[in-house]
Amino acid sequence: MTAAAPTTTPGGKLPMHVRLAMLLRCFAIQGVWNYETMLGNGIAFSMEPALRRLPGGRGGDAYRAAMARHSGYFNAHPYLASVAVGALARAELDGVSAAQIERFRVAAPGPLGSVGDRLIWAGWLPFCSAVALLAFGLGLGPTGVVLVFLGTYNTVHVGLRWWGLQAGLTHGLRVAQALGNPVLRQGPAHVARATALVAGVALPVAAQGIIGPGRVVLGSVLAAVAAGATLVTLLHGKIEGWRLATIVLAAFVLYSVVR
Amino acid sequence: MTGDLLLFLPLTVLGAVLALDVVSFPQAMLSRPIVAATLAGAWVGEPLRGLTMGVALEFFALESMPFGASRYPEWGSASVVGGALFALTPDGTAAAMTAAALSALLTASVGGTSMVLLRRLNAYWARQQQARIARGSGSAVVALQLGGLTADLVRGGLLTFIGLAVLVPLHRAIVLSFTMSPTVSRAVVVAAASAVGLAAVWKVVRLTPGARWYLAGGLAVGFGIAAELM
Repeated sequence: MTAAAPTTTPGGKLPMHVRLAMLLRCFAIQGVWNYETMLGNGIAFSMEPALRRLPGGRGGDAYRAAMARHSGYFNAHPYLASVAVGALARAELDGVSAAQIERFRVAAPGPLGSVGDRLIWAGWLPFCSAVALLAFGLGLGPTGVVLVFLGTYNTVHVGLRWWGLQAGLTHGLRVAQALGNPVLRQGPAHVARATALVAGVALPVAAQGIIGPGRVVLGSVLAAVAAGATLVTLLHGKIEGWRLATIVLAAFVLYSVVR
Repeated sequence: MTGDLLLFLPLTVLGAVLALDVVSFPQAMLSRPIVAATLAGAWVGEPLRGLTMGVALEFFALESMPFGASRYPEWGSASVVGGALFALTPDGTAAAMTAAALSALLTASVGGTSMVLLRRLNAYWARQQQARIARGSGSAVVALQLGGLTADLVRGGLLTFIGLAVLVPLHRAIVLSFTMSPTVSRAVVVAAASAVGLAAVWKVVRLTPGARWYLAGGLAVGFGIAAELM
């Protein structure tokens, strides 16, 4: 890392209120998500409170150059994008060269996207859904189910965003070390196994909770579930299950209205 | 009509806020059906019926996670519509869950399309501001971000309001002319939802070594518990 330019605040020593402002903005990082710059504008938006501390302050040459640099194309998992926000803010405040920053901006999205997708979208979210479904099936009331789901999910969600921002600000462009954290490397596989177990328990238990009068035809329901799940799996990539279910329900409603 | 409007307006606000949560802010999963439908049910005085609808929709939602640029249904406003419709119908009504689930799925589909259109609109607005942003204008970056957030909020509100305005009368008409028994009606929804949910879990776990055995073991335990609870 090169420390070419003098700064008013070293990147690793940002005051807490600036870090909190950056964290709050990270929650809105996808506010203007689009197919051209993806998260790009959100990255600059989230870094902006830190960039005000560049020499010349808000509107200065360094601030303007940094804002222009970071509002271009960037894609990553939204929660782990906070790693990039912290690392890039640290790099700017430490006066790292534009070329090094650009190399990081090209290299970082891949790992930040794939780790986040596997850990959160394919792991933690389905796990928390399954826990909430199980809580419902076991008789927990509406408030309890909602609190269990939101509490469980957001402990990791908010923690990950805060950890990512802190890791980025601490390590700067060398933040790849932080991505070697065992939780990020081995976590997705463990979460997938836990999801499989909990979802396996939750699906029948939650289904019996909503079946109501339908339980008198339980055998037919189970046969339909097995056949339907097989069909949806076989049609994977051709039509999504929820679309297929929409067609089935629409046909069923139409039949029962016009017959 | 006035009564409907008084009911729709707060639900529209709820739908707007929860639709914003899907992607734009704060993505805390308030928009998941198990939360959103419960909140809608609670608003109309039937939180347990809202939760029941939310559970059915959560099975469908297990299939569609918000992966980056992929297209997925928008469950925030859809769950408000589905949860409210189910909660507004008296317990024991044959078509209640079927029609509410179908309404939510249709709203989710339209919502997914509206998100794609908004993303294109965001790109257009970004291009309009490109010159200012290239000069490093902080206010242009912030204005673009706030504009996108506002547009998403409005999108969710409009979707919820139009969904309720169209689907509440349709739901009433279906309930009045439905000829199937409550038994068959509820069984069809549970079968469809469970099939999609099970396939979704399989899709998530099939690539992890050993996970299929955890799923099989879990299902065995789950069926045992369900049999005890029935």
